[in-house]
Amino acid sequence: MGKFIDIQGVEMVFATRKGRFHALREIDLDVAPGEFVTLIGHSGCGKSTLLNLIAGLTRPTAGVLLCDNREIAAPGPERAVVFQNHSLLPWLSCFDNVHLAVERVFGASESRAQLKQRTVAALALVGMDHALAKRPHEISGGMKQRVGIARALAMEPKVLLMDEPFGALDALTRARLQDELLKIVARTKSTVVMVTHDVDEAVLLSDRIVMMTNGPAATIGQVLRVDLPRPRERVALAEDRHYVQCRKEVLDFLYTRQGHVEKAA
Amino acid sequence: MNSATFNPAARAAATSEAPRVAAAAPTAPAVPARAAAPVVRAPRPPIDWRGLWLAVLPPVAGLGLLLGIWALGTAGSGSSLPTPAATFEAALKLFSDPFYQNGPNDQGIGWNVLYSLQRVGVGFGLAAAVGIPLGFLIGRFDFVGRMFGPLISLLKPVSPLAWLPIGLLVFKRADPAAIWTIFICSIWPMVVNTAVGVQRVPQDYLNVARVLNLSEWKVITRILFPAVLPYMLTGVRLSVGTAWLVIVAAEMLTGGVGIGFWVWDEWNNLNVKHIIVAIFVIGIVGLALEQLLIAIARRFSWEDR
Repeated sequence: MGKFIDIQGVEMVFATRKGRFHALREIDLDVAPGEFVTLIGHSGCGKSTLLNLIAGLTRPTAGVLLCDNREIAAPGPERAVVFQNHSLLPWLSCFDNVHLAVERVFGASESRAQLKQRTVAALALVGMDHALAKRPHEISGGMKQRVGIARALAMEPKVLLMDEPFGALDALTRARLQDELLKIVARTKSTVVMVTHDVDEAVLLSDRIVMMTNGPAATIGQVLRVDLPRPRERVALAEDRHYVQCRKEVLDFLYTRQGHVEKAA
Repeated sequence: MNSATFNPAARAAATSEAPRVAAAAPTAPAVPARAAAPVVRAPRPPIDWRGLWLAVLPPVAGLGLLLGIWALGTAGSGSSLPTPAATFEAALKLFSDPFYQNGPNDQGIGWNVLYSLQRVGVGFGLAAAVGIPLGFLIGRFDFVGRMFGPLISLLKPVSPLAWLPIGLLVFKRADPAAIWTIFICSIWPMVVNTAVGVQRVPQDYLNVARVLNLSEWKVITRILFPAVLPYMLTGVRLSVGTAWLVIVAAEMLTGGVGIGFWVWDEWNNLNVKHIIVAIFVIGIVGLALEQLLIAIARRFSWEDR
């Protein structure tokens, strides 16, 4: 397997008012093309920071991040981000929100009709083509998140970066969107890096689960390979021995070995 | 973004809250219209008499109270103020021919209001043309913000009339001096509110712009401008209010045709009835300007409501 994203010896130190804050240390990770990797850890462990580094929104204090053998120096449309709070522009309709991205990536090479078609297709992919003209405040939280995913997918990115995309949703909506995401990723064969704090979500979706130690100076504690066949069925998996085993291992890492934060608090 | 160190930002936070509170007062008379509208549109539910009553009665009672106090105060024969009835009579006569012209110093009240509005329009327009772009620069670039921050703090509280002699000195004529005074007094709310709006554009939206790698033009037209618009319109509204306050004072001193000069002229004629009429006219025009801008703000607002 090739290395599509390659992270070597990354350190992240923030200069805050109270002084230097060492967020991440000695991060080494690579992601193969088409792989689904989740980053899991307690809040404040720097998993979103790591995702922002891959996105290029922040630059590391030390170390190198490569994407497709090129250094990640700035954000770009080939690494699309689905933000935690959807980040749709409230003054644009769902269509225009997605179209803004489509126009940027394909505007130079394709006709208006093609751009429009791409936009509608992306919204149809997430089941939101019925709400093209609606503004973000007119649709539910789950729908906003879908439009956010459509915006990211519409750019046909090499990597899809997702920062707790379903964190703010209720359990049922979350389950439905997870299932849809599985189908979409199976179809588009996207490479995905996703931040989550939900153990079930991580096991259900991932090829590998990257577990991070508690901050400050968090690093990768353990990497777990999830060798469950795809397509995965949430109901059938609930009693699958390997699934239960994986789940137990993640729980064990989070609550037994890295649980001292919760105990202290 | 470091709004804590940018002094006017903190101050503007107070100013930008204030207009919302201030806006509530002028909207109050509009409530009856809004409350009554659904009654007209949907014929099926019975007319909400109680709601209508509550919406109409208090404003009428307030007006009645004012007139009552006025009538009581002027009831004695020795009073120097005219009674409401006499003032109303004078107003009817004034408004029967608002656009007469008997030479440069004797024109109808309509002309006076229009001249004042024209001065306000020019001064305020210039202030908007300079103030809004300046606000964008101050909000977008920390250096510019730090550069202008102390200047704005220093100049903002200066009374309009203090600027008038400077205008007279530089322009040598009354009219541009009045416009200059309006310009300098109405520019600050627009500068400060626009700057605060730019500083408060959520980082998430700017991150979207960065991930999409949008051009600077697209960032401005698709993200910055719409995000800042509500703040900007608040600034514009405050500015128009200030401009209308300032014009009366400025015209009293500069003369010519205009509602402020008219008030002064009538004082010299000892025609107190006309002064009271002018006060009402000034109030009503100010209210109308405010309502107009609220309507514009609502038209362009993307915030749900």
